[in-house]
Amino acid sequence: MSVYVLRRLAQTLAVLFVTSALVFGGLYLVGDPVEILVNPNADQLEKERTTKALGLDRPVLEQYWIFLRGTLSGDFGTSFVFGRPAMEVILERMPATLELAFLAMVISVCLGIPLGLYAGLKPHGFAAKAIMAGSILGFSLPTFWVGLLLIMVFAVQLGWLPSTGRGTAPLWEWDGLKYALLPAINLALFKLSLIIRLTRAQVREQSLLDYIRFARAKGLPRSRVIGVHLLKNIMIPLVTVIGLELGSVIAFAIVTETIFAWPGMGKLVIDSIFQLDRPVVVAYLLVTVFMFILINLVVDLLYTVLDPRVRLADVRG
Amino acid sequence: MSAVEALELPRPETPFRRFLSEFFASKIATLGFALLASVVAIALLAPLIAPQNPYDLARLDLLDARLAPGEDSLSGKTYVLGTDGQGRDMLSAIFYGMRVSLYVGVASGVIALTLGALVGVLAAFVGGRFEQLVMRVVDIQLGFPAILVALILLAVLGKGVDKIIIALVCVQWAYYARTARSAALVERGKEYMEAARGLGLPAWRIVLRHLLPNAMPPLIVVGTVQVAHAIALEATLSFLGLGLPPTEPSLGLLIANGYEYLLSGKYWISMYPGIALLLMILSINLVGDQLRDVLNPRLARA
Repeated sequence: MSVYVLRRLAQTLAVLFVTSALVFGGLYLVGDPVEILVNPNADQLEKERTTKALGLDRPVLEQYWIFLRGTLSGDFGTSFVFGRPAMEVILERMPATLELAFLAMVISVCLGIPLGLYAGLKPHGFAAKAIMAGSILGFSLPTFWVGLLLIMVFAVQLGWLPSTGRGTAPLWEWDGLKYALLPAINLALFKLSLIIRLTRAQVREQSLLDYIRFARAKGLPRSRVIGVHLLKNIMIPLVTVIGLELGSVIAFAIVTETIFAWPGMGKLVIDSIFQLDRPVVVAYLLVTVFMFILINLVVDLLYTVLDPRVRLADVRG
Repeated sequence: MSAVEALELPRPETPFRRFLSEFFASKIATLGFALLASVVAIALLAPLIAPQNPYDLARLDLLDARLAPGEDSLSGKTYVLGTDGQGRDMLSAIFYGMRVSLYVGVASGVIALTLGALVGVLAAFVGGRFEQLVMRVVDIQLGFPAILVALILLAVLGKGVDKIIIALVCVQWAYYARTARSAALVERGKEYMEAARGLGLPAWRIVLRHLLPNAMPPLIVVGTVQVAHAIALEATLSFLGLGLPPTEPSLGLLIANGYEYLLSGKYWISMYPGIALLLMILSINLVGDQLRDVLNPRLARA
């Protein structure tokens, strides 16, 4: 077990290293951030001074080496735009993104599993068909367009909820929640459809298997067959997908945050890409990549808890 | 020898017929197919059926800007779906946008399918370290959300149709590679493969003529889903300002252009391209859904 975790961590470091090198090199090629940063009327001398101050006059390999050395001592470089440590800027925005991702996940799991279970158990009923039609719609609706529609309907037309921003109140108070509601619903829609479809497919496949027939033949009550035997077995793929989707929710928050002007990491990284704020982009990627790998690891470890048949030795990377 | 002869016999036409009748047994799938066919037709025929060439800046009239759907303009023209900020006819812009979106989605899908299937089948056949390496890369890449990978690639590559196709291929090949490998592993153990090997056929022929046709169904299912994803992803990236240049407006870019007018109640500039995008993705998903049900033997037996 510990050998497995250690090997995974070593792999994590390798992935982080490769990502940082690729992105660092790639962004180096894109353009000169100084052109964007200095005031357009600045003369050559001032531009050179800025270039030197940011350390951009050195060869790219040396810049990367300085970055790597800094990273190992916890310094991820200074944001060109904010003039503050890049990691500090990102960590500041992280709670807002996590808030949104968490709320979206709660919405999609709490609605998705019951709806999918129902659609799977009574696949030919009208309600099940309606649920499935709804889910394929949710699957097909482009997230950003739904966001615009939500703003149009609930903020502009009805005026029930604020269209953009975050507010200052915490999430558990209505004044805070009302800001988070539209973006969270927007972010949840795709995951909700995914969870409904996955749950239904699993229920339909599993309920044909022998162990379910056997459990029913034993005369177990329906609630126990579904609640214990079935649910336990469909949980395995569901946990995987939910876990992995948590990562993708954080990534997709980029879009939602841009539309709703939600002050999270996603909006920060989009702005940083346009402003060629390399340290922030690289630091954001390192943070998210690390988060994904951590999530994947936790999901793999959860496997063994949920399904003793899976041995970690069998799970390759 | 009899197994070999059975292989060489012309196959009866029933499988394809059966596939067709099973596919069109569902009304929703038939509707989806009809919708998809019209979307493709519109995209292909856009230059012929669009009322205006939206790329021809000389034909745009700024006086006609931001007209509501159906409103008469000063020059006496009526725009069915209104006009955008530059006086461009939305209906024509949507037709051309569908063309761009569909082209990007299908092109990236076909390239990714070819590349991914090749790598996946190779991995299954060569095995050993090569297979391990490929699958490790696939696993790692699929661990990251597509949008993040595409975003980074485009931040580096810049704007353009070719660039967004490259980014989408890089994102998608892994799905095909994984599917192709697992299909190849299943098919490899079957008798017809043994027969083909027993005949002493060259490896490339076994792979191309015997293995690939049989590994196709799962790849087709993944393919339809992925093309829908690619179209949505391209629209999203263009909306964020990272995909296509403004000279070739895809549906995502049209929606982005209407964003600023949305809050002042000029809904149509964003709304109608969005509906077009939705219909496009929906029709592909409906067809893909039915394909999966028809081609999945596990459900067919139930």
